[in-house]
Amino acid sequence: MHTVTSQSDQDLKDRFLAIRGCRHHFPLLRQRVNGKPLVYFDNAATSQKPQVVIDTLMRYYEEENSNIHRGVHYLSERATQAYEAARVKVQHFLNAAHHREIIFVRGTTEGINLVSSTYGPMKVGPGDEILISTMEHHSNIVPWQILCEKTGGVLRVIPINDAGEIILGEYEKLLTPRTKIVALTHVSNALGTINPVRKMIDLAHAQGIPVLIDGAQAVPHMKVDVRELDADFYTFSAHKMFGPTGVGILYGKTKLLDAMPPYQGGGDMIKSVTFEKTIYNDLPYKFEAGTPSIAGGIGLGAAIDYMNELDMAGVAAFEQELLSYATRLVGEIPGLRIIGTAREKAGVLSFVIEGIHPHDIGTILDDEGIAIRTGHHCAQPVMQRFGVPATARASFAFYNTKEEIDVFIGALRKVIEVLG
Amino acid sequence: MSALRELYQQVILDHNKSPRNYHPLVDPTRTVDGYNPLCGDHYKIYVKMDGDRIDDVSFTGTGCAISKASASVMSAMVKGKTREEVERIFNDFHALVTGSIDADKNLDRLGKLAAFSGVSEFPARVKCASLAWHTLHAALQGTGASVSTE
Repeated sequence: MHTVTSQSDQDLKDRFLAIRGCRHHFPLLRQRVNGKPLVYFDNAATSQKPQVVIDTLMRYYEEENSNIHRGVHYLSERATQAYEAARVKVQHFLNAAHHREIIFVRGTTEGINLVSSTYGPMKVGPGDEILISTMEHHSNIVPWQILCEKTGGVLRVIPINDAGEIILGEYEKLLTPRTKIVALTHVSNALGTINPVRKMIDLAHAQGIPVLIDGAQAVPHMKVDVRELDADFYTFSAHKMFGPTGVGILYGKTKLLDAMPPYQGGGDMIKSVTFEKTIYNDLPYKFEAGTPSIAGGIGLGAAIDYMNELDMAGVAAFEQELLSYATRLVGEIPGLRIIGTAREKAGVLSFVIEGIHPHDIGTILDDEGIAIRTGHHCAQPVMQRFGVPATARASFAFYNTKEEIDVFIGALRKVIEVLG
Repeated sequence: MSALRELYQQVILDHNKSPRNYHPLVDPTRTVDGYNPLCGDHYKIYVKMDGDRIDDVSFTGTGCAISKASASVMSAMVKGKTREEVERIFNDFHALVTGSIDADKNLDRLGKLAAFSGVSEFPARVKCASLAWHTLHAALQGTGASVSTE
């Protein structure tokens, strides 16, 4: 038995070593900030980009740039092929049944707005309910409030416990015949909580209620299989998973997408237009009006290729190791309180220090070359739940190191020295 | 560390720890809420006017050390001043935190404001320092019940 354990320990060590070797793929991380080596702990806001993604964007503009789905010329054909190949990569990345279920959008925010403004009015009437959780990002709150204002619908909120976990018993009670859609974050950006979305989707489906999952914080850290989850809609942004800004994905089941009206009108989303009548295009183009972020879509494809080469199970274990190391060390800092202590957590460490405002923490850390996020993380209701106006948040990616966490801990001690 | 020490001067640390006039005002002439929506900082400024003169001023709310110290120093400085005098101090403060006047050459004119000379080196923090001032400005102008730094 002992030998087996040490072998698997050795195996994990080797895998972690391989993951650590990936850091040099990210050129931005080599720079110094305020004279110190950059420590980038703001990965939940946006991730850095590997060289292959940057090269792909460069190559697109140097060699392929052209508008898609329109031209008969060589370049247009080449750009269209690259863009549509990226869609297929996303399909396989999510294990979706068909590439027509993959809609390119600007990001997670637009993915949710697309559903709330097309599917929403079809389903939600006066007194009908939309169910979200306490820990949602503003982008999974406000679109539903806008829908409620328009339709007379009612927004209901699943409570969370003091650790920042959804109270499943309360969730079950809130699922009623009035509930028309459940919209949930897979991983909380402010707390790091990983929600039991598979189980929550099952509970909603048992009552015939469709579920949208905000996967922005999940896809960079874990393998997501939309069919295994049985999610009705799943949306995420490329820029948080090592891809470019300005592009994201909305996955939806064909049956639902087909029944939905278009989101925006314009070029590409039509089959034919006369002043009397317009025939809308088929999926996925029905939801893709106007010239999209072509370079962005192709860049997302490159990010997926990059992630497919990564040992994702190893990445998840490595990030857990970083999180538990950081959690243990910050626990030794007097007056520091962690906000969000769920049993299932992604690499997010949100905290407050007694008597010191998070912004002041952020400024002093920045002086040490450390980038963290401070503020309400676009999740004011969850801040209110924990009775704090703001937190400081360090969020990790697989290219971070324990040595960087040591630097971070040293800087936190400096914060207390200056302001404590 | 020197730019940081310049930012977090003793005066600022002191006003952050023990803010002056940090309470609601009974019977104010005007109250205005000031928000920094990006970071969630929020202060309420209470002003009691005696004609053209500020008879009393106070504030409540939460925010970072820079914003709280700024509100505290401001409340201590403007009490008893006329609108016109406050306007002059406001302009000086704005020039100071945006780096358009040199604190060392204007120490007499700036008085306690000089403690905020380090802010101009931290562009992300100018809004923190200015929040209370913009809020007071709105209270004196009588424009709206809330202001936002965005």
